[in-house]
Amino acid sequence: MLDNLSVNKRAAILSIVMLVVGLLIWEAAIPAQKAAGELTEYERLTGGGAQKAGVPPPSQVIVKAWQELSNPFYDAGPNDKGIGIQIGYSIYRVLSGYFLAALVAIPLGFLIGMSQTAYKAFNPFIQVLRPISPLAWMPLALFIIQDSEASAIFVIFVCSIWPMLLNTAFGVAGVREDWVNVARTHELGALKTAFTVILPAAAPTIVTGMRISIGIAWLVIVAAEMLVGGTGIGYYVWNEWNNLDLTSVIFSILMIGVVGMMLDAVFGVLQRAVAYAE
Amino acid sequence: MSKPFLSIERLTQQYPDGQGGTLTVFENASFGIEKGEFVCILGHSGCGKSTIMNILAGLAEPTSGVVKMDGFAVSGPSLDRGVVFQNYSLLPWLSALKNVTFGIKARYPSWSADKVEAHARDFLAKVGLEGDVVYRKPSQLSGGMRQRVSIARAFANHPKLLLLDEPFGALDALTRGTIQEELLKIWSGTEQTVFMITHDIDEAILLADRILLMTNGPFARVAESVEITIPRPRSRTEIVEHPNYYAIRNHLVQFLGQRSKELAGQQSDVPDQRPETVRIDVSETETATEGSAPPPLRAVNT
Repeated sequence: MLDNLSVNKRAAILSIVMLVVGLLIWEAAIPAQKAAGELTEYERLTGGGAQKAGVPPPSQVIVKAWQELSNPFYDAGPNDKGIGIQIGYSIYRVLSGYFLAALVAIPLGFLIGMSQTAYKAFNPFIQVLRPISPLAWMPLALFIIQDSEASAIFVIFVCSIWPMLLNTAFGVAGVREDWVNVARTHELGALKTAFTVILPAAAPTIVTGMRISIGIAWLVIVAAEMLVGGTGIGYYVWNEWNNLDLTSVIFSILMIGVVGMMLDAVFGVLQRAVAYAE
Repeated sequence: MSKPFLSIERLTQQYPDGQGGTLTVFENASFGIEKGEFVCILGHSGCGKSTIMNILAGLAEPTSGVVKMDGFAVSGPSLDRGVVFQNYSLLPWLSALKNVTFGIKARYPSWSADKVEAHARDFLAKVGLEGDVVYRKPSQLSGGMRQRVSIARAFANHPKLLLLDEPFGALDALTRGTIQEELLKIWSGTEQTVFMITHDIDEAILLADRILLMTNGPFARVAESVEITIPRPRSRTEIVEHPNYYAIRNHLVQFLGQRSKELAGQQSDVPDQRPETVRIDVSETETATEGSAPPPLRAVNT
C-alpha cells in the first residue's frame, strides 16, 4: 500500500505516526494525581492532598494551547498578557536589532570583502569580538544605555552582526574574477559594479549569513528577555516558571519553536529568490 | 609608412620568478593591426598570448611598452575594446537577453529600454538564438549557446577592437565548426577589427586575414605574420579545396612543431621586433614571399 505513495506522502505519514506515538508515551508516562478521597488518614495529615507540581500530560498542554491561541491578544495587566502580545514584543526586538545589524554588517562586509587591507585591519577585532556570548554584553549595555528595552535590542544587534558580516565579506571576496572583468570591460563605475555585478553574485552567500543571523537572534532573545523582564516570550517562559505553571511553559516552548521556524522559512524563500546556478 | 589602426610597440612582460629574479615572458613584441582586419595569434601555452590579450583589453599592465589605438596610447579597460572570454563570462543570474542588454546599456546609456532590447534581440538572432531560448539563464544553455550569447554581447556593442580569447576552446569540434561559421557571418557584415587567440590551426586559417606566430617562452616573440591568401567568403568545407590551404597549413604546422622551439629563448639584439611577413600563394607564378621561403608541401598528421 505504501509503495504507491510519493516520498513526501510517506514522510508525512511517518511524521504523524511519530507524533502520535510520542504524545501517547508522554501521556502514559505521567502518573495520575490521586483524588483526595482515596488518601489514607496519614497522607491527609501530612499534606498529601495538596496538588503536587508535575510535568503535565500533552492533553493539558493542548487544552492550554487552545485557550491561549483562541484569545492571543488580551492584556490583563503586566503579569497577564496574551501569547500574541508577548511574541509580538519579541519579534519587534529581534527585527529592530537585526535590521540595525544588517545596516552595519552588509556595507562593512562589502568593504572587508573588497579590500585586503580592510580585511586584515578588521580581522583581529572580529576574531576577538565574535566569540563573546551576546548576553555577556548585557550588564554593560544596561549600564550605558540605561534602558532595558534598548539593551535587549543591542544584544540582538551584537549577536546577529557576525554571521552577516563574515558571510558578506566571504561572498564579496569570492566573486569570480571573470565577472568583475566583465564589469571592467564595460566601464562600469565602482558603485554600478557593486550593485549590478558583485551584489547579485554574492547575494546567495549574504542571504545565507542573514538566515544564520536571524536564527541566532531568535535563540538569544529568549535568554535576553529572561534577564530584562517585563514583556516578551522569554519573560513569559520565566514568569510561568515562577508561577510553577508548567503547562504554560511547555506551550510557550512550542511557540518559540514555531515562530523560529517561520522566521527561518521567510529567509528560505529569500534564499531561493537570489540563488543562481553557474 | 602610416601607423596602423592598432599598434603594439615594444611590449615587454616580466614576472618575478619566485627566486628573486625575473622571468621575461616576452620582450619588445611589436606588431600592428589594420582597421577591419581579422588577426589570429597562434603559439604554444606559456608564450604570453593571454597576457598580450589582457594587456590589449586593459585588464593587465605590461612591464614596459605601449599599445596605441587610433594613435592614442590606451590604458585600462574600455568599451572600445570588447572581449569574449574563453569561459563565456556570462552573468549567471541574468537571462541570455539580459546579459546582452547589460552590455548595450553600458555602451549606450541614453537608449530607451525598448531600443536596447530590440538591438539585443537583433544580435542574438544573428547568432541563431531566437524565441524563448533568450529568456533562459546561462546554466540552462549548452556551452555552444553560451558562447553565442557572449559573442552577441560583444558584437552588439560595436567595439572598435574585438578581442577573442580562445572563444571556442571549451567546445566540442562539431559545435565549434558551426559557431566559427556564425562568427564569420556576423563579422562579415561589419567592419569589425578582431584579434583572436586560438590553438586551432584550421580555425585560424578559416577565420583570419593574417596569423601571427609566436615562439615559445620565455623571451617569446611574435616571429612571423602569415597572410592567408584564400579569398573570402570562406566556408569550412570549401577552403580545404583551395590550393593555398595546405601550403599555409604546412607552414604553420612546421612553425609550431619545430621552429617555435628553435627560435625560442633568443634574446634579440634588435630592440624593435616586428614579425616577418610571410605570404604563401602557390597560384601566383612562383611563390612570392618576403623573407623566408615557403616550406615544401608534405603530408601532415596532426
